[in-house]
Amino acid sequence: MALEKITSRTGRGVYVPGNDIDTDRIIPARFMKCVTFDGLGEFLFYDVRKNADGTNKPHPLNESRFKGATLLFSGANFGCGSSREHAPQAIQKYGFQAVIAEGFAEIFFGNCTTLGIPCATASRADIATIASAIEANPQTEIVFDVAKQEIRFGGQTVKAAVRETARDALVNGRWDAIGELLEGVPQVKAMAAKLPYLAA
Amino acid sequence: MPKSLFEKVWDAHTVRKLANGQTQLLIGTHLIHEVTSPQAFGMLRDLKLKVAMPHRTFATVDHIIPTDQLVEPYGDPLAQAMMDELRKSCREFGITFFDRASGKQGIVHIVGPEQGITQPGTTIACGDSHTSTHGAFGAIAFGIGTTQIRDVLATQTIALGKLKVRRINVTGKLRPGVYAKDVILHIIRTLGVNGGTGFAYEYGGEVFDHFSMEERMTVCNMSIEGGARAGYVNPDETTFSYLKGRPYSPKGAAWDSAVAQWKSFASDADCYYDDVVTIAAADIAPTVTWGINPGQGISIAEAIPDPTKTTSVDEKASIEEALAYMKLKPGAPIKGTKIDVAFIGSCTNGRLSDFQEVARFVRGRKVAAGVKAIAVPGSQIVALQCEKLGLDKIFSEAGFEWRAAGCSMCLAMNPDKLIGDQLCASSSNRNFKGRQGSPTGRTLLMSPLMVAAAAVAGSVADAREVFAVN
Repeated sequence: MALEKITSRTGRGVYVPGNDIDTDRIIPARFMKCVTFDGLGEFLFYDVRKNADGTNKPHPLNESRFKGATLLFSGANFGCGSSREHAPQAIQKYGFQAVIAEGFAEIFFGNCTTLGIPCATASRADIATIASAIEANPQTEIVFDVAKQEIRFGGQTVKAAVRETARDALVNGRWDAIGELLEGVPQVKAMAAKLPYLAA
Repeated sequence: MPKSLFEKVWDAHTVRKLANGQTQLLIGTHLIHEVTSPQAFGMLRDLKLKVAMPHRTFATVDHIIPTDQLVEPYGDPLAQAMMDELRKSCREFGITFFDRASGKQGIVHIVGPEQGITQPGTTIACGDSHTSTHGAFGAIAFGIGTTQIRDVLATQTIALGKLKVRRINVTGKLRPGVYAKDVILHIIRTLGVNGGTGFAYEYGGEVFDHFSMEERMTVCNMSIEGGARAGYVNPDETTFSYLKGRPYSPKGAAWDSAVAQWKSFASDADCYYDDVVTIAAADIAPTVTWGINPGQGISIAEAIPDPTKTTSVDEKASIEEALAYMKLKPGAPIKGTKIDVAFIGSCTNGRLSDFQEVARFVRGRKVAAGVKAIAVPGSQIVALQCEKLGLDKIFSEAGFEWRAAGCSMCLAMNPDKLIGDQLCASSSNRNFKGRQGSPTGRTLLMSPLMVAAAAVAGSVADAREVFAVN
C-alpha cells in the first residue's frame, strides 16, 4: 500500500501555550486502558480541558472559535515523558494533522513521524507571531510546507525546520518504515549468527 | 579508531542504511507489557505477519495489575481485558510470558535484569520510556511507540537515527544519606528535562564504579526524564557478577566467551564523546522535587523557588505554573511540607536493595497518623526475597501496607491512585500533573529513604536527621 506523500499540511491553527507538555498531560494514563487506539481523540488534554464534573476548564481546545483547527502549535520539549503512542494517536484522532513547536521530545517525535504527523520546530518569536495571527483571526489559513520547511500565513513566511530523516520519509511517502524493514529481514538473519545472544 | 560502547553496540546491530538516512537497527531483545502491545499485535494480524524472533521476545504484566488482588478476574474489566489480550497474543505467537503463575512476574524493567535477559552489548527495546533502565548493564536500551513494537515484532528491527553520546562523570564519593536517586535527580536538575534530547548518556566516574547494579539501574531508569532516550554504564566485574548464574545468562564455556565479548563492548579509554559533563559527588544532597517535572528539584535544605527572583521569562512562567498546581508557597522551605501518601516502589526504586536500605532504618519506627504508606516490590522475586528476610514484617509493623508486585502508584493505571489533591512522597520517576491518578494529585519525587522519613515525620523531612544516618 502506497503511503501518502506528505509535502504540506494546510488548515487553521490553534496555539496551546506552555513548555514541557508531557504525554501524561496529552493523554492521561487512565485512558490507555484499551486494546485499540479508537476513541482516544476525545480524551486529548483531558485533565487540563475538563473539570472533575465534566464541565470545561479554560483551554484553547474548548473555544469554539478554534474548532476544526488542524495545526497544533506549542512550546519547548513538547511530548516529553512516557513513550505512549496513545499521545500522537489522540492528537491525530482529534483531528490534528501536524504539530509545530519550539522543540520535541525524542520518542514523541519519532512516534508522530511514523504515524504521518509532520512535526516542525520553529523559533519562539515565529510561533508567537503565528499565535497572534490566530488570536486575531482564528480563520487564518496556515500552510505548513513540509518539503520547503516553511510556514506561510497572512502574507508572511517563517522557517519551520523538519529533521532531514523525517522530512525525507514524509515527502517521499515512506514514513511508515515497515515495508523497508521487511526487505532487510534476510540480512537480519545473517547478522544474528554473529551475535551469540540471539541464538535460538 | 577508539569507540564508545554506544558506537560499538550500534555498529554491531546495524543492518543497513535506510533510504531516508536512518539506520535499520537490529533489536536483540524485545520486552513487552500489556499496555502498549495489544494494538501492535492487532497491526501484525492485519498485515498477516508473524513474530520474527519469538525466542527474543519476553512479556510480563505490570501497569494494570492490582497490587492488592491476586486472583483474576480483576475488579476492573478493562484491566482484565488487557491481561487476556496479552495472554492470548503470547500464546498465539509463541512468546514467553512471565505472568503471576510463573512466579517471575513484575515490572518489565525489573524482570529483564533479574532473569539475566538484560545483557551487555545488546540492544533492547520496549514500549515504555523507562527501558533506559537496562542500560545499566552496558546495553543500548530505549523506549519505543506501539507502531515500532509492531516493527520489532515483525522484523526484529526498527528505523532509528543515531544518537550523540554525552559522558557524565560523577567524581568523588557520595555523602551518607545520598543515594542513586539523588544522583539522577541532581543530574536532571543540572542539565534540564530536555538537556538530553538527541543524546544517549554514558554515566561513569568513581560513583558509578562503586555503584551496585541496582543503583546503576536507578540512574539509567530516569535518563529519559532528562530527555535522553538511552543511558548506560560500561560493563565491569559488578555487571558480570550480577549476571552470573541467572536463568537466561550464558552457562559454562559460553559464559567465559560472553564475558570476553561483553568486555570488548566497553567504551575505549580515549574515545570521542559529543559532550562531557563532570559533577562532584560532594555537591549532591538528598533531593526532592517541588514542581511538575523531574527537573524541578531542590536539596532538602533549600527553599521552594520564588518566581519573582528569576530573570528568565521561561523559568518564571514554569515556576508559577508549578506552584499553582502544587499549592506550595514560594520561598518556604520544602522541609516540613505535610504529606498524605508515601509510596515506595516502581521501576526506579522497587528492588531488593531499596527495601533493605529502608528496612534498616524504619525498623521499630511508625508511619505518622493520617499518612497512607504503601511498599510495593517491583517483582514477585523481589517480594519473595524481601519476605525471606522478614522485610515485609518490618514494613508492616511500621505501618506500611505491603503489596504484591506491580507498577502500582507510579502511574494511575491500577487501583493504587491518589485521591483529590493528596500530596505523595514517592520513590517513582514522574511528578507530572495528574501522574499518580488524580487530576489534581501532587507528587514529590525523592529517594526511598526520604519517602520513609516523610512517612514517619508526616511531612517532608531530612532522612539523615529522622534516622540519624551518618
